[in-house]
Amino acid sequence: MTTRRFLISRGTCCVSAGADRVADALETELRKVGLGGIQVKRVGCPGFSQLDPVVIVEPEGLLYAEVRPEDAPELAKSLTPGGQPVERLFYRRNGEAVPRFADIPYYRRQDRVLMKNCGTVNPESVEDYVEVGGYAALRKVLTGLTQVEVVEEVKRSGLRGLGGAGFATGRKWESCLRAKGEHKFVICNGDEGDPGAFVDRSLLEGDPHSVLEGMAIAGYAVGASTGYIYVRAEYPLAVRRLRMAIEQARDFGFLGENILGTGFTFNLQIFQGAGAFVCGESTALTQSIEGYRGMPRPLPRPRTTEAGLNASPTVLNNVKTFAAIRWIINEGAAWFAARGTARSKGTALFSLTGKVANCGLIEVPMGATLREVVCEIGGGVPGGKPIKAIQTGGPSGGCLPANLLDTPVDFDSLAAVGSMMGSGGMVVMDEETCMVDIARYFMDFCKKESCGQCPLCRLGTVQMLSTLTAITEGRGKAGDIDLLLELSEAVARGSICGLGQSAPNPVLSTIRHFRDEYEAHINERACPARVCKALISYYISPERCVGCGLCSKECPVDAIRGERRQIHVIDQDRCTRCGLCVNACPERFAAVERQPGQVPANA
Amino acid sequence: MSEEQLARLREILAAHEGKRGSLIPILQDVQSALGYLPEAAMPHIARHTGVSAGQVYGVAGFFAQFHLKPRGRKVVSVCKGTACHVQGATRVMERLEEHLGIKEGETTPDGEYTLESVACVGCCALAPCVVVNNDDVHGRLDPHAAVAVLAKDK
Ligand SMILES: Cc1cc2nc3c(=O)[nH]c(=O)nc-3n(C[C@H](O)[C@H](O)[C@H](O)COP(=O)(O)O)c2cc1C
Ligand code: FES
Repeated sequence: MTTRRFLISRGTCCVSAGADRVADALETELRKVGLGGIQVKRVGCPGFSQLDPVVIVEPEGLLYAEVRPEDAPELAKSLTPGGQPVERLFYRRNGEAVPRFADIPYYRRQDRVLMKNCGTVNPESVEDYVEVGGYAALRKVLTGLTQVEVVEEVKRSGLRGLGGAGFATGRKWESCLRAKGEHKFVICNGDEGDPGAFVDRSLLEGDPHSVLEGMAIAGYAVGASTGYIYVRAEYPLAVRRLRMAIEQARDFGFLGENILGTGFTFNLQIFQGAGAFVCGESTALTQSIEGYRGMPRPLPRPRTTEAGLNASPTVLNNVKTFAAIRWIINEGAAWFAARGTARSKGTALFSLTGKVANCGLIEVPMGATLREVVCEIGGGVPGGKPIKAIQTGGPSGGCLPANLLDTPVDFDSLAAVGSMMGSGGMVVMDEETCMVDIARYFMDFCKKESCGQCPLCRLGTVQMLSTLTAITEGRGKAGDIDLLLELSEAVARGSICGLGQSAPNPVLSTIRHFRDEYEAHINERACPARVCKALISYYISPERCVGCGLCSKECPVDAIRGERRQIHVIDQDRCTRCGLCVNACPERFAAVERQPGQVPANA
Repeated sequence: MSEEQLARLREILAAHEGKRGSLIPILQDVQSALGYLPEAAMPHIARHTGVSAGQVYGVAGFFAQFHLKPRGRKVVSVCKGTACHVQGATRVMERLEEHLGIKEGETTPDGEYTLESVACVGCCALAPCVVVNNDDVHGRLDPHAAVAVLAKDK
């Protein structure tokens, strides 16, 4: 494509970083220099969140990072005759400028299939989507393939559900196709409950039509004429984009009655969640669409594919799973299955966050190693510090230590080491992240989100949380670790849904891989990562303190003593360990230290 | 409920089919129009959807999104997603609790601020984040900067 234009990304992350203001300023400035004809195209988020807001110049593919409205005049001028690129806004890696988008290692090492359109296509324009081949797969299916042929193609692709559990998508569709029912439904699970994941959000915001197309194809394949997209309550921008996309697709004849003149009818509705993690579970999700509390159906329960929404056969898949369908239809099952491992085909998508240099969305072939994702693409921990753990699968997953960095990311390999693929959260942790605190954090989450039906889940999570809290507060006892292991087994066995069954995973994996840290908390009353307030202390290094007094001014409880220009001392009995003094101490002195355990009495 | 609130409620009910499946969308619309779910609205909603008032309460109470009491003019939500937690969200929350003199989930007596937590707002690269009134995201905060956000917002 040779048109000269600016691309500017507009995902939630980009907008909060100021992308809209930058776009407006660019348009104004272009007009001022007589280039009003150059388009400023709004696109989905290209995923390198760290650099937001990002501006890309086509056709050269130059990328400007962390652009602010004040930069607009210079950017506009760079396109005037004789204008030069604005080098100071280039992305820099190890101090060296990388001017072109395509050369940035973060992108170069990825394999973007599902996210291909994110960052290049305007998510608010169906014409844009069609221009890059959108709805060709739907057309192909409706005009040339039987229902069974579609199901077979999906089966051959080896696609497994990307919502976390990895159930074979083709088999699910086949079961729904075979099920008898006057009405059938297709539901897209966009609940994205993992509190550290935003992959589904980015796809819905950045390329909504690819999800709609996948759903319509599923509708045809199983014989459903109605679909629901269940979107998490906290995703207002995704809902707006979906509404727009559904309306436009209907106007273009890709949704609604008699699609593309073939007689196939498929109508889509959006259902907004109301803030309950458990509603990501299939039966709880359908219950809440029906207007009930979102609780998983008791066992034994019929399969969703046979009796799901309104007791009708229902196909329920994750956002990413639907987004993969058009690729399988367009390029063929073999093309899709060429990526990945023997038992996990296609690509894996993660939102890489935490203590990592390059935060953002990442798509790699299944089977890439954690090291490739976290170190090579993610750039490791900022400042070259060591990695301590990698968390995947959110509250249902686990923490893996750095010596497992060569584990491939696929459904089976991650499960084998006590974690799981999950729906996309990948959080990097360094030496300053406490593993007991992380286990407590996820248990707190599961306790709050337990629907309360199963006594072992309801009460077991409370008991596990209180044990973990006691350990982090310095009240841990010998035997607590065994108690946690015992409770884990009981909760996992006594729960009817995945929430309870997997709630112990973060505890189990941290005990398995970081048992010494639990022991330090219990036996030595020290938090090695220096996170747990009751098990750390603050201390002013007499060698480095210059007596500037900034820390004592900041201390809310007057615990810091010392005359001006004299060495300051913290009164350990008064100190509430809020940590404000660390921030207050100027970086060039860095005299306030956070230490594991108690400071020796006379320090 | 004031006359005005009642009128809004009637409009919302009229816009939804009278069936059980409309219950959650109705509760969502009422809450976004009135800011919370007034007790007096429940029987109306129950009648319209054909379920008992008790069941309406049951559903409203189950989901975290619904509030049965009015909230502050400014709702300050501290992100407690995993990325924000790892980057120090707990200390941000503690500092804001101390500054506002309320606990998480409470509203200041003057009705100005409600302090809440939210799970991942999708801006993990900016962690830790605080969101004011649902759409104004402030990122890369430390406890100090979080308090400054409120001051700026006055
Ligand atoms: C407690 C709980 C929460 C879940 N949350 C989600 C979610 O947020 N998104 C999702 O796609 N699947 C979630 N699932 C998995 C779904 O039940 C279901 O397996 C999945 O949506 C099927 O789609 P897939 O085959 O395309 O992965 C959750 C399951 C449980 C037990
Ligand atoms: S965890 Fe806070 S924005 Fe994602």
